[in-house]
Amino acid sequence: MATSDTPKVEKWHEAVIRALKDNEVRLVVYVPDNVLRPLIDAITTDDYFTSFITAREEEALGIVCGAAMSGLKGIVLMQTSGFATLPNVLASLAVAAQIPALLMISERGTLGDFQIAQAIVCRTMRPVLESLGMEHHTISRLDEAHFIADRTIKQAYKTQAPAALILSPLLTAAGRPGNTPGS
Amino acid sequence: MANDAPFKHNSKMMNRLDLTTRLVGKLKNDEAVIGGIGNSNFDLWNAGPRAQNFYMLGSMGLAAPIAFGVALAQPQRRVFALEGDGSLLMQLGCLATIANVAPKNLTIIVWDNAMYQITGSQKTASAGKADFVEIARGAGLAQSAWANDEADFERLIDATLAGDGPWFIAARIDGSTPKGQTPREPVAIKDNFMRGIAIKPA
Repeated sequence: MATSDTPKVEKWHEAVIRALKDNEVRLVVYVPDNVLRPLIDAITTDDYFTSFITAREEEALGIVCGAAMSGLKGIVLMQTSGFATLPNVLASLAVAAQIPALLMISERGTLGDFQIAQAIVCRTMRPVLESLGMEHHTISRLDEAHFIADRTIKQAYKTQAPAALILSPLLTAAGRPGNTPGS
Repeated sequence: MANDAPFKHNSKMMNRLDLTTRLVGKLKNDEAVIGGIGNSNFDLWNAGPRAQNFYMLGSMGLAAPIAFGVALAQPQRRVFALEGDGSLLMQLGCLATIANVAPKNLTIIVWDNAMYQITGSQKTASAGKADFVEIARGAGLAQSAWANDEADFERLIDATLAGDGPWFIAARIDGSTPKGQTPREPVAIKDNFMRGIAIKPA
């Protein structure tokens, strides 16, 4: 049982938020995902961020690209199936014009997901990122979360290139009592 | 090419380059303009290169979301999105997003010639029953209007430059083909735009 003397353990979404703030990523545009819910809940109630929902991931990426060109750093939150809607926009806008748009993808369809559609589309994610030549890193450990997010954001801006952060169930499902891969 | 599609409004059929030139002529404060894929950005180019223009070469349907992102980042700068009818139909959800966030400095203009002109003039849904101003209003963009003629278009642009948005303007246009095309240089286009809106040193 935690007492006032017990050091508070940072949760994964808190580590992500710390990396976003450390790099002044103030715009967070998202298409919802249940795994991302603690992150979305924390961001949408934090005045530091400008945050809102979009109808579609392509639209969100367009908004973040426009903002990135105009001095406001932004990130798109989505799940694996949402990423699968993005290859054309990534190829013809963010990659072609060298715009440091940031993506954060909740990895669905693996490590026990019950939805076959998620499982199939999941297999396309990394090959697509590789084909686009996009920097991407998977965060699977809490003690690496801030480092990976922080360094990926910094490199994206230093090299003027889009980048993707993939949140593994090893990170997001760990410690969730009775956790069942959700929708 | 004549556009004889039945329209549910009485606006005059106008010309995209003429209207784009009229718009650009009114921009005295380094307003940003995002030209959508194809003829929308070609005629923005033909109206005269500006450092504050972003010519979108791919990503069909994203002129309005990109302009929205620019508007969020630079709330003191007025921002225009120029989009074709086929492009806007690809991304109608963005109208609802923009209506809910309600950026005061954003105007979306749709050039409606009721066809996918650049791919062979196949008809769009606006050649049938779709009406963009009704769609925009339904999405929550209350300040939405068809431009009835060139003078009305100019009046609407003046209103967007004087008051709070978001605004949505639809213009019925003919099938004229752009006389020139934007150079396909996406990195140069981005860098010029970022210099034009003071993000990179001039």
